Amino acid sequence: MTNGHTDGSPFAPHTDEETAEMLDILGVEQEADLFDIPGDVAFDGKLGIDSRTEQEIRTELSQLFGRNDELVEFMGRGHYAHYVPSIVNHLSLRAEFLTSYTQYQPEITQGFLQVLFEYQSMLVELTGLPIANCSMYDAATSLAEASLLANRVRSTSGDTVLVPEQLRSGKRSVLENYVAGVDMQIETYAMDDGNASIEDIQSVVGDKTVAIYAENPTLRGTIEESLSEIGAIAHENDALFILGSDLVALSLLQEPKSVGADVVVGEAGVLGLGSSYGMGLGIFATKEEFLRQVPGRLVGVSEDADDRRAYTLTLQTREQHIRKERATSNICTNQAWVALRTAIHTAWLGPDGLVSLAEDSVTNAASLASDIDEISGYRAPVHDRHHFREFVVRTDQPATAIASDLEAEGFAVHVVGEHELQVCITDVNVHAADELVAAFLEVRQ
Amino acid sequence: MIYEQARYTEGEDKHEPLLSEKDDTTIDVGGDDSPLPDSLTRDELSLPALSEPEIARHYTRLSQMNWSIESGPYPLGSCTMKYNPKFTEDIAADPSAAIHPDRRAETAQGNLGMLYGLQEFLGTIGGMDAVTLQPPAGAAGEFTGILVAKAYHEAHGNDKSEVIIPASAHGTNFATAAMAGYEVVELPSAEDGRVDVDALEAAVSEDTAALMLTNPNTVGLFERDIVEIAEMVHDVGGLLYYDGANLNALLGRGRPGDMGFDIMHYNVHKTFATPHGGGGPGAGPVGVVEKLAPYLPSPQVEQTDNGFELFEPEQSIGKVHGFSGNWLVLIKAYAYIARLGDEGLLDASAKAVLNANYLASQIDLEVPYGPFHHEFAATAGDRDAADLAKRMLDFGVHPPTTKWPEMVPEAMLTEPTEIENQASLDDLAEAFNIAFGDSEDAIQQAPSRTTAKRIDQASAARNPRLSWHRLK
Repeated sequence: MTNGHTDGSPFAPHTDEETAEMLDILGVEQEADLFDIPGDVAFDGKLGIDSRTEQEIRTELSQLFGRNDELVEFMGRGHYAHYVPSIVNHLSLRAEFLTSYTQYQPEITQGFLQVLFEYQSMLVELTGLPIANCSMYDAATSLAEASLLANRVRSTSGDTVLVPEQLRSGKRSVLENYVAGVDMQIETYAMDDGNASIEDIQSVVGDKTVAIYAENPTLRGTIEESLSEIGAIAHENDALFILGSDLVALSLLQEPKSVGADVVVGEAGVLGLGSSYGMGLGIFATKEEFLRQVPGRLVGVSEDADDRRAYTLTLQTREQHIRKERATSNICTNQAWVALRTAIHTAWLGPDGLVSLAEDSVTNAASLASDIDEISGYRAPVHDRHHFREFVVRTDQPATAIASDLEAEGFAVHVVGEHELQVCITDVNVHAADELVAAFLEVRQ
Repeated sequence: MIYEQARYTEGEDKHEPLLSEKDDTTIDVGGDDSPLPDSLTRDELSLPALSEPEIARHYTRLSQMNWSIESGPYPLGSCTMKYNPKFTEDIAADPSAAIHPDRRAETAQGNLGMLYGLQEFLGTIGGMDAVTLQPPAGAAGEFTGILVAKAYHEAHGNDKSEVIIPASAHGTNFATAAMAGYEVVELPSAEDGRVDVDALEAAVSEDTAALMLTNPNTVGLFERDIVEIAEMVHDVGGLLYYDGANLNALLGRGRPGDMGFDIMHYNVHKTFATPHGGGGPGAGPVGVVEKLAPYLPSPQVEQTDNGFELFEPEQSIGKVHGFSGNWLVLIKAYAYIARLGDEGLLDASAKAVLNANYLASQIDLEVPYGPFHHEFAATAGDRDAADLAKRMLDFGVHPPTTKWPEMVPEAMLTEPTEIENQASLDDLAEAFNIAFGDSEDAIQQAPSRTTAKRIDQASAARNPRLSWHRLK
């Protein structure tokens, strides 16, 4: 160890004299005497992990991460990178935010509580629904929790959640794991040219349905055109309508409330996180009537002894630390700091900036698809729909071969079928769109 | 120490105004300039339209009205509020690591290499044979672990319906077992605060899928009968689950795998110093013994002659997070473990236990049970623990976890961690002692030096106002 005055942890501040004095007060000779671990299960401390200096670790990991190929990514399918302004890092890394924890003592943590209250409010505005919690882990776990909520409030009538056939496999798997414990079933409905097939939803919905889930935009980047119909079908069948989206899309596309959504889930980390290898921030918003069934933490307004407005975690009797096995969820630690980053990014964009970003997601996708479509050997977009950020390209050549050649040219895209690629464009990679088109041309044979 | 928290007050009725009170701009969405037909767009959107300086000032003010580890001691029991080393943030911000999770393994060797390295570190520290890094929090780790246990039992035709949990366990344990579809059997504590082995003997049966244990337990006591406990659970075909909340006490000194545990989760935001972020994100990796490795979530990272590769365990439970979990948090945990190494990890547990014992010796409150390790549950006796906590806020310290665990009346569960020196422990003790010695009147007036005075919790719940729309 090079810094500090200790041979042990550089983050334990004790001087040798101070340690000796504390041990003396406790009447023991060494720290080891304070442990009550029987010999047969004690460990000798030899883990074989060499301590490195701060500088050495920075070098080691910088070199390691350097082994990632330098590729311009045109990837999405649930994880999206938008440009994150510098202010997000600088403010969110303030230690007062970063190194605090859940606001069990609200009088001394008003700052973070207000941040979370404002984040909840932004989601209320974007969804039109009056209740939003202050975070779930990611879009997949939000969908799973929403399905469990639907099962709780509609359990007398059924046990089945309907999901789109085109659902990210990881999301589907998380959903399966969460609903298995309450014996819920998952059924799928077919797609019609990228969007939900209303006909198929009609044919599979039934008495057992407790929720219908739809995404806007869809996994393949198309914008749904029949959300109100899906909402109506759900309600006719006494089921909930769960709508999946993301924070940028919500600013432009149909307001969830206006199409009858009962719960809105999805990804809010599209703002504030950037590309982070799949880390996210789950949206969870719902109607007033389901307030006491909401999973996770809620920040509400109250008054303090001086009668001033004060914020506090509220309705905690829903939560695991009070309700134990009868809690609405086991979630405790959440994604609060990501919510802070998302809120700062949203505030920085303002309403005009946010809607512009969303509109660019439509126009840039259309323009890139059209440019690729002009090259013989490709058809894009495959679906005759409006698109948001991403679209599917049909390739005459095997898609894996094209993707691999594109990779050699410095670009990463998704392979989604034998002859299908998926391409995603945002403000982060738009500068390289023309080069991507050139690469598509270059690699087509 | 006396503490005066920042307090920006506007008018009689509030502190720093909400963003929406600084500006509330409604814009039309859709219309002629829109790239979409009106049928596919919303009509309008109302959000604050503020300049960057205004936003910077708003969040800076809010930060100043917030307590953190870097403000002062934060001894929340069972939360392990350690200092979060700065350099780990810089590493996590490496743009080379900021890649999409669907990248082919061949093009993501750096990220996979880090994940592999962390799997190895954690496996060694816990004495486990295989580790998944996917669960995004401790509770998610518990859920993963119990799903793995369930999958194992189902694959072996074991008809199991119950999970046994000590009464003093974290609330998440109970909620997790219920989410996984198990019945919860609550185990009373023995008089010495540990697992009541006779009660356990009566509770275990062929129905026992698992026993979830925290060790040291939630009052800091090591379960000395752990080998016998493990045998009792294993004898009925059950599995032993280790809740990693209190792993900081054991670093380098005891490994759950050596004690007979089959499954464990690690709270990297506790033990491995990644920031708590105002409530999260954390990460809850799960380690298992060899026979359970085939059931771990997919994908896992392995090292082969061709570099790092992803694979799906044969009988994987599937996924518990949409992608790879809380990536940025995992990077920081790796960096912290590498910084400490064997010596530092041993010292962390040594100083954490020294600090808890020293602090307990300096306070006037009674501390039942012992010998404890990294945390202790003092009792406020005939005083209200939550009230005493409010008074402590005035002295530049965060109070401990209050009224939990229930086995200690009016508990003040205190975990100073290794990062406090003697002087700050003395400050903490002084805050305890002043609060404990104060008159009931003074206690009821507290806190007076925090941004908000005592907050009416009942009013918030009775009349839920959960967005700024409700304040207009």
